[in-house]
Amino acid sequence: MTEKLVINFTVNGEKEEKEVIIGQTLLKFIRDELHLTGTKEGCEIGECGACVVLLDGKPVNSCLILGVELDGKDLITIEGLSKNGELDRVQKAFIDHAAFQCGYCTPGMILAARALLDRKPNPTDEDINEALSGNLCRCGAYQEIREAVKASAEKK
Amino acid sequence: MADLKTVGTSVPRKDAIEKVTGSAEFIEDRYMGPMLYAKMKKSTVAHGKIKNIDTTRALKHPGVKAVLTGKEYPNRIGLYLIDRTFLAVDKVRFWGEPVAVVAAVTEKAAAEAVDLIEVEYEELPGVFDPREGMKPDAPIIHEDLANYEIVPIFYPEKGTNIANHFKVRKGDIDKGFAEADKIIERDYYVPQMQHVPIETHKAAVQWSLDGKLTVWSTAQSPNVVRQLLAKSLDMPMHKIRVISSYIGGGFGCKAGASIEGLLVPIAQKFPGHIVRIVFNREEDMQGTFTRQALYSKLKTGVKKDGRITALQYEMVWDGGAYTEYGVNIVRAAGYSSTGAYDIPNVKTDSYCVYTNNSIGGPVRGFGMCEMQWGIERQLEEIARELGMDPLEVRLINGMKKGSTTASGQVIHDLDYDKCLKVVADKIGWGKKEESRDGKYRGKGIAGLVKCPAQPSNAASSAMIRINEDGTAHVMIGATEMGQGMLTAISQIASEALHIPVDKIDIKVPDTDFTPYEWQSVGSRITYTCGTSVKRAAEDALGQIYRVAADLLETPQEDLSFDGKKVFSAKNPDLTATIREVADSCKKCTGEGIAGPIIGRGSFVPTNMTNLDPETGQGNPGLFYCFGATGVEVEVDPETGVVKILQLACSIDAGKAVNPQLCTAQLHGGTIMGLSTALYEEVRFDKGIMLNRNFTDYKIATIDNTPHMDSFIVETPETNGPYGARGIGEQPMIGVAPAIANAVSDALGVDFNTFPLTPERVWQAIKNKK
Ligand code: FES
Ligand code: FES
Repeated sequence: MTEKLVINFTVNGEKEEKEVIIGQTLLKFIRDELHLTGTKEGCEIGECGACVVLLDGKPVNSCLILGVELDGKDLITIEGLSKNGELDRVQKAFIDHAAFQCGYCTPGMILAARALLDRKPNPTDEDINEALSGNLCRCGAYQEIREAVKASAEKK
Repeated sequence: MADLKTVGTSVPRKDAIEKVTGSAEFIEDRYMGPMLYAKMKKSTVAHGKIKNIDTTRALKHPGVKAVLTGKEYPNRIGLYLIDRTFLAVDKVRFWGEPVAVVAAVTEKAAAEAVDLIEVEYEELPGVFDPREGMKPDAPIIHEDLANYEIVPIFYPEKGTNIANHFKVRKGDIDKGFAEADKIIERDYYVPQMQHVPIETHKAAVQWSLDGKLTVWSTAQSPNVVRQLLAKSLDMPMHKIRVISSYIGGGFGCKAGASIEGLLVPIAQKFPGHIVRIVFNREEDMQGTFTRQALYSKLKTGVKKDGRITALQYEMVWDGGAYTEYGVNIVRAAGYSSTGAYDIPNVKTDSYCVYTNNSIGGPVRGFGMCEMQWGIERQLEEIARELGMDPLEVRLINGMKKGSTTASGQVIHDLDYDKCLKVVADKIGWGKKEESRDGKYRGKGIAGLVKCPAQPSNAASSAMIRINEDGTAHVMIGATEMGQGMLTAISQIASEALHIPVDKIDIKVPDTDFTPYEWQSVGSRITYTCGTSVKRAAEDALGQIYRVAADLLETPQEDLSFDGKKVFSAKNPDLTATIREVADSCKKCTGEGIAGPIIGRGSFVPTNMTNLDPETGQGNPGLFYCFGATGVEVEVDPETGVVKILQLACSIDAGKAVNPQLCTAQLHGGTIMGLSTALYEEVRFDKGIMLNRNFTDYKIATIDNTPHMDSFIVETPETNGPYGARGIGEQPMIGVAPAIANAVSDALGVDFNTFPLTPERVWQAIKNKK
């Protein structure tokens, strides 16, 4: 009944071949099929950034993309950011600066920050504001987030 | 308290690694078992009789397992006033009220089936403004109000829409006004706002064949969910288990109980299955608590020297369609109605009025943001009329040791002056900046105060289990929704128990295993749960000493414990490792001394009283937390855009258990306050909520977050754990008035409402010309 398609992709460094329901969002595919529940849903319509993942290194709202679009691409979710049990320096900086409270926006926020730092290793406040302006944090950890992102840059 | 080891240090959050790696479990991340998905059918009218609900087509839809309406499930629920049902019965009272719920094997099937339900309404005239709702000829929203069960500290007026009328009569109001040299009188309005936690409301329930109900919920209080369900379903508490996960932000909207019970009858039909409901953003904004709008009239009498002699406050609150929780916000605003000021003569009337708008309920600040908006704006007007410095007027009238609140409660542990002065100093108070490039600059300040609005018997409890190796588990019923409770509470445990904080484990609650906690609301957990944890730790430590004394055959008084070993101060040879003490301690002869150590502690306030029904006099405050906000703005008269140049905030935390997390709370609350001050307003058209997503309802983002300077003042709370008091909600309260006062200072125009959107500011400038 529900139509499916086989897609090939890399997720957090591992090659995968999987069936995806046509019409299913990448967000649902990641959470329900890949069982990577670190990626969060806050609105489903591209307004909050809780669902940000890296697709070929670029931050995208996974709720706005279809699962089938993953075909041939490289996906990084929050689970793939730490390597061999070692946290990424953005993750470390988020801890050092208490850059989260409830933690619900945090996976999306960290990935968006990672993408910014990959593009601009030494971002200004304006760069950070611009890159993260699509990520809502209702707990209001923005000042700490800004500090954490800057600290990750300086430690490079 | 000079030799504290853990309390007062910024240890990393207990939930840190989980939260930065995506492994922190929120309710939707849990695999619970075979699932059914629930979806609600919502009312399309704001006030109307339900003539008929036709569920036949929905029931036949592929994948649908059950459809439930209010007729089949009329059970009532409510925290203070039991005025609510899970599904509308006979009539609907707000637009979007759930009238039926569908459970299906997929979310999609459930949503499709919802569209197949047909509901016929007979529309009734609605009430959308509480001032209209108070009039004698207003349509009545709850015909049965007089028969609802209610906690007897609230005063509904029979045959009206008034669900609570709370009164304060302190001193002699006529005398107070007679003594005044000037009388200032204004109306204020605060619109509804929404909490919009990034995680929406979610719940799942399971019924097992032995009659046990298991509930997973985003609720801020598992124990209250259990208590309200037990009452609503007439079930014993040991048959209900409520499990908490990490919560993706609460801010009050997840207090009490709401959606969990909706699913129970369906779960009962499918034992073993999990029935789950996940609100989407629109459902979350429209169907859960909103902050009640407030229409107020404030009149102040003041002497030439700035001393306030009388205050008369009339508050009319838009309680929305159900006020099971809102009645207490109205009460709290009433008994706190002088804000942070000591005023001898007070007359307050605070009314909670039903309307056909969305349900009113708790939001960070619990009425204080709305009520103190009026106070802090009026102080500005007083200062101007008297030609005095607004800071001076605040310092003259501000509460000091021995001051009394509106309810006559005497305040002891505070340094409000210092809170005001630090922010004033920071923003360069008194130095007027010239306007530049045609843009106007101004400075504003506002104070704030709040006590937890909780019943006088709201209790906490804790257990601490010492493991065989001397590590420990702290068990409590408070929830972690970002405030950092897990960390602060383990620091308090560590301090009292002498066991290092990294050797202490703490988890979110599960009512089958963790001891009672009333609610994680009201900025009370550090104090209340903290006190019970401290007591549990002292209890465990006492046992450690007793067992060690027996083992070492030496008096208890000589013993010290450094977290690793117990030793005698008098004889260095007498020492036992914590492992020896904790692991079913026995003597060298093999005779047992003691089994595992379990500490217990509980807490209930002893300093609170009921309030006199006619005068509102008594002690409603467990503790009072003061603070202040200072702002410098730049306003562009061409566009009306308000730019924040400086933002300083202070809070008297008593003792910051974890300064870094305390500062984070201070910043978070300030940002939420700024967001409401500049952007947020829920708009209704005849009860229909118009802005139901983040595009139409804007909240602060990182690019409009200015740098904040924060100050933690520490005037110890005599009965708080290590002098601490809660500060989570407070920082939000002063922000909107401080910004408005600054904009006023810049432009010379007044604002009686917010948000200060460019449109509103621009209009005010235009009107002035
Ligand atoms: S869930 Fe994708 S942007 Fe909100
Ligand atoms: S930490 Fe709670 S939403 Fe950002």
